[in-house]
Amino acid sequence: MNEFVAPEIDWLALAPLIVVLGAGVVGVLLEAFVPARARRVTQIVLTLAALAGGLAFVVYLWPQIVAQPVQVVGGSVTLTPFALGAQGIIALLAFLGVLVVADRTATGQDAFAPTASAVPGTSYEDLARKSGLEQTEIYPLLLFAAGGMMLFASTDDLIVMFIALEVLSLPLYVLCATARRRRLLSQEAAAKYFLLGAFASALFIFGVALIYGFAGTVRLLEIAQRVQQGALPLEGMSALLVAGVLLVTVGLLFKVGAVPFHAWTPDVYTGAPTPITGFMAACTKAAAVAALVEVLYRISIGVQAVDPEIMRQLQVVVVVVAVLTMAVGTVIGSVQTDVKRLLAYSSIAHAGFLLVGIAGFGPQVQSSTLFYLLAYGIATIGAFAVVTLVRERRVTPGAQEDNGPVADDGVVLGEATEIAQWAGLGRKAPWLTAAFALFLLSMAGIPLTAGFIAKFGAFAGATSGGLWWLAVLGVLASVVAVAFYLRLLVVMVFQPGTVEPDSQAEPVETGVPTSSTGDGGEGPTEGGGVATATKVQVTAAQRVVVTVVRSRGPAAVAIAVCAIATVILGVFPSLVLNLVAEASKFVP
Amino acid sequence: MNEVIGLAPWLVGFPLIGAAILLLGGRATDRWGHWLGVLASGASMVVAFILMFRMIGTPVEERSVDHHLWTWLSAGDLGVDLGLRLDPLSVTFVMLVTFVGTLIHIYSVAYMDHDPDRRRFFAYLNLFVAAMLVLVLADSYLLLFVGWEGVGLASYLLIGFWDTGRPSARENAVAAKKAFVMNRIGDMGLIAAMALLFAHAGALDFGTVLSDDSVGAMSQATATAVGLCLLLAACGKSAQFPLQAWLGDAMAGPTPVSALIHAATMVTAGVYLMVRSGAILEAAPTAQLVVVLVGAVTLLFGAIVGCAKDDIKKALAASTMSQIGYMMLAAGLGPAGYAFAIFHLLTHGFFKAGLFLGAGSVMHAMGDQTDMRRFGGLSRFLPITWITMGLGWLAILGIPPFSGFWSKDGIIEAAFIPVEGQPWRAWVFGTVAVLGAAITAFYMTRLFFMTFGGRRPRWTENQHPHEGSPLMWWPLVFLGVGSAALGLVLGIGGTFTTWLEPVTGHAEHHEPVLPVPVIITATLVVVVLGALLAFRMYAVNLVPEEAPRGSVLTRAARRDLYQDAANETLVMKPGYGLARVVQVGDRDVVDRGWSVLPQAVSWFGGVFRKAQTGYVRSYAAGMAGGVLVIAVVVWLVVGLGGAQ
Repeated sequence: MNEFVAPEIDWLALAPLIVVLGAGVVGVLLEAFVPARARRVTQIVLTLAALAGGLAFVVYLWPQIVAQPVQVVGGSVTLTPFALGAQGIIALLAFLGVLVVADRTATGQDAFAPTASAVPGTSYEDLARKSGLEQTEIYPLLLFAAGGMMLFASTDDLIVMFIALEVLSLPLYVLCATARRRRLLSQEAAAKYFLLGAFASALFIFGVALIYGFAGTVRLLEIAQRVQQGALPLEGMSALLVAGVLLVTVGLLFKVGAVPFHAWTPDVYTGAPTPITGFMAACTKAAAVAALVEVLYRISIGVQAVDPEIMRQLQVVVVVVAVLTMAVGTVIGSVQTDVKRLLAYSSIAHAGFLLVGIAGFGPQVQSSTLFYLLAYGIATIGAFAVVTLVRERRVTPGAQEDNGPVADDGVVLGEATEIAQWAGLGRKAPWLTAAFALFLLSMAGIPLTAGFIAKFGAFAGATSGGLWWLAVLGVLASVVAVAFYLRLLVVMVFQPGTVEPDSQAEPVETGVPTSSTGDGGEGPTEGGGVATATKVQVTAAQRVVVTVVRSRGPAAVAIAVCAIATVILGVFPSLVLNLVAEASKFVP
Repeated sequence: MNEVIGLAPWLVGFPLIGAAILLLGGRATDRWGHWLGVLASGASMVVAFILMFRMIGTPVEERSVDHHLWTWLSAGDLGVDLGLRLDPLSVTFVMLVTFVGTLIHIYSVAYMDHDPDRRRFFAYLNLFVAAMLVLVLADSYLLLFVGWEGVGLASYLLIGFWDTGRPSARENAVAAKKAFVMNRIGDMGLIAAMALLFAHAGALDFGTVLSDDSVGAMSQATATAVGLCLLLAACGKSAQFPLQAWLGDAMAGPTPVSALIHAATMVTAGVYLMVRSGAILEAAPTAQLVVVLVGAVTLLFGAIVGCAKDDIKKALAASTMSQIGYMMLAAGLGPAGYAFAIFHLLTHGFFKAGLFLGAGSVMHAMGDQTDMRRFGGLSRFLPITWITMGLGWLAILGIPPFSGFWSKDGIIEAAFIPVEGQPWRAWVFGTVAVLGAAITAFYMTRLFFMTFGGRRPRWTENQHPHEGSPLMWWPLVFLGVGSAALGLVLGIGGTFTTWLEPVTGHAEHHEPVLPVPVIITATLVVVVLGALLAFRMYAVNLVPEEAPRGSVLTRAARRDLYQDAANETLVMKPGYGLARVVQVGDRDVVDRGWSVLPQAVSWFGGVFRKAQTGYVRSYAAGMAGGVLVIAVVVWLVVGLGGAQ
């Protein structure tokens, strides 16, 4: 008895996680040991290599896992094809996201504050900016978040899932607060995200407690088994199970950004540095949806056989949330005037479409969900990457207007996120506009883009579960969504660029983002007016034009890859559909 | 057959590639574009010859081959395959299209010499050849439809080829649009027929749809409906009554186009469709009767119109309409008529193309004049045109041994074959066919002698008629020889009928109501009488330079028997009225109704966004409230059940 028995661990199956999380640890050490000059490059290379390595291991493991799913470390990591596919998608999307993060653009500045801990508007912040400090800790943070997401999507143990939830969330809270510009907005977003995230985590862990009380275990497959066998400590208290699953689901739906747990999404997406927004929107959603599918479907395995009533209760939960999410996402999205907020609501709407498929509880939903996450993820990262390149620029009246890329970082300001400012972008940057249009069309679900196949899969999932009316609602919501995507497209392509107003007459406030959180405009926005880290003062003699800065490479690569992938997935979906079709296997 | 079948796609491929290069290459290909067009068509012709000789060398029962190319689309149980069918019928068409097509390509090099857009012209011609070959080679109605629309497009583009946008070119634009619109009406018929067939058989390929099983399982009503829809399609494409009005106006296009598309090939596609769909028509005697009726009406209609036209091209167009009426009539007679319908189509393709090219040659010589009243006495100046058109004239009259005799006589005899239970049919249609032959003899003789005959030319001033370049008259010679000899070669001993038998089926021999020698003699007599009458009126007597007022019938025929007035009153005006009502309804009811929706969405959006206050406390409250709401909904919908 006193002999220590080393557990047998299938290290290979853990390899994707180990590579990514291990690289995060190494990244922290690099911060300490690598000289400042080389730090940024080293971190970027390490991060990209780790994510690529993780993806490579996923690819390597794929045939094995398809043949025989495994449970490692007592179920803490349960690799089914679905889980492994989710890991691969997260690694791939994170890789693309990091490319956008790493791009400093022609201005030579990345999207992050020189020292995020400095109080906005202080002389210390000025000093840090002038001395050219850089915050390279974002890369290990990204790796931790990505690793947490990968674990989140591939565990069978609710406690491990909770830990993964925290591992992925905490770095994201920090990352949200690091925007170079509009720093108060950024910090406000981070605080909101953190508070609400904590609240959601509390609900999650409370739900886990209820489930444990009901089933005596926190392992999903065991719960399913016990329900099936009727070997439960609390006979007749299935309401406990439903309540527990409901609360766990709420914790997950919060991360997914589903209504009514979505309220943080627009504010955080707006406040966070745009590359981080893209990363968050794509990867977090992928991880959370994957975890949601695993929880719901594994519980349903047990419930379905024993008590269809409970099954229906679970289904109603998903259906209600799906309907609300689609409605709120598309309806409020249609009145947005800010590109980032519009994309935020679009992301909410997509959560709704994903839930439509999941609500069907059909066997092929796992594979169609994976495809959806991939299609949505690449379009989202691409779209946010485009947003990072469309900037405001201050010009003095005498100067000849030049819409081309500008190297002088003194005059290029923050992102031009007002939709009205994007008018005429089609002429200024046709390729960028074309790529953005492609992403919008994919999100709208227009055929020959990935989004169409994805949406088709989701709605097919609902109909296979007998939820015809839900699929019809989904299609109707898509119509509303198409309207707002196309509105943006029309502004970009068909509206002429704004005629520059007479400089004297213009009370120039455009350059200084005065806003704010809240669409209602009644929020605590007082601080917003001074929320520019760079303290750009636009005097009356100057004006602001919209310009497109040139990428230094990585973001352009990311946009190109996303655009090409969107088309390829739309035209030859079977390449990936055949792969993800294997993911229908749930149980190891 | 199987070793050369792989060549078949190149039939379509060469002209298609030619069209693509010419259209995409733009002005860069101006210098050599026309020769590329000729080459593409010629290459296609070479392939056609190889395939034909191979087919002749193949045992009869193996001559029909379906060549699967690729799966067009597959969705669940539905798979649409794309393939070509080679059999004697399609190969006959392929030969006609590529051979006559290539001759006309060569002719056009010279004819369009001075046109700045010659390259574009050849691009469209190549496009037409490719589409026409798709049409006849298709192994399914669906692919046939692709070709069907393709030739329609090419026809539209070529009729309107000289539409420069100037007011003077308005005629071309209107003619092109008219042809397009009337063809669309026919196309609807084809679409409806395909829908019916698909509903019946679940497929559209000939192998399935026309099989004995499929046709046998078809109800009488379905077969009749399909047959009539196909007939509508054929009427549109082949300018048959009541969709005939576009063909005359289509002569606004360049003359080689009139020869190739609006005489020899495209307009006969309707006949092809009828013969190809023979199995369905045979199952629907009513539809068959309608086909014969349409053919009979059109053949008289066209012949009467042809007598009054002074424009040489319009007279020929009316004649085309009338001759296709013969083919339709034959196609409606069942297996006895199919072979002669196609045979007449083939000989007509040669002699009518020759006549049109001859007319083009005359126009070329007379400075684009088309009014026959200003011609006359051209035989001395255009000897080659005169002789070749003379051969065509004898052929269309049906004088033995020229080619038209063999095919048209077959149709007339077939029309006299009695149909069981309807003894009137043989007499009525037989008489119409003979009468048509007489009128044909009249108007063709009129055309021929108004152009070439007469001692005193009625030319406008400054005319110096001369033959065109050899590029123009060599094709005339080829077509003239064809007009003279093709019928004899293929007709004697029933060679052509036997050749088509794998497709048309063997026709039981029936005796006409009159003995065959009597029919032939009677036909020849009335033909000679008609020709003599015209000779007297237009060669012996002087032809006035201004058209006389003429009888009621002449005036009506000049105006195409009021076809345009009828169409405008019966279709166009009510159509406009309906469109106006719909437009008002759309604007004031539908649009206004729909615009409420987005307004409602925006309004709701405005209301809901107020919830996005920015306060964390209200967000958290929203989450907590949300959990409760969901729990309540679950309770309401499902109840708290589950407690065992």
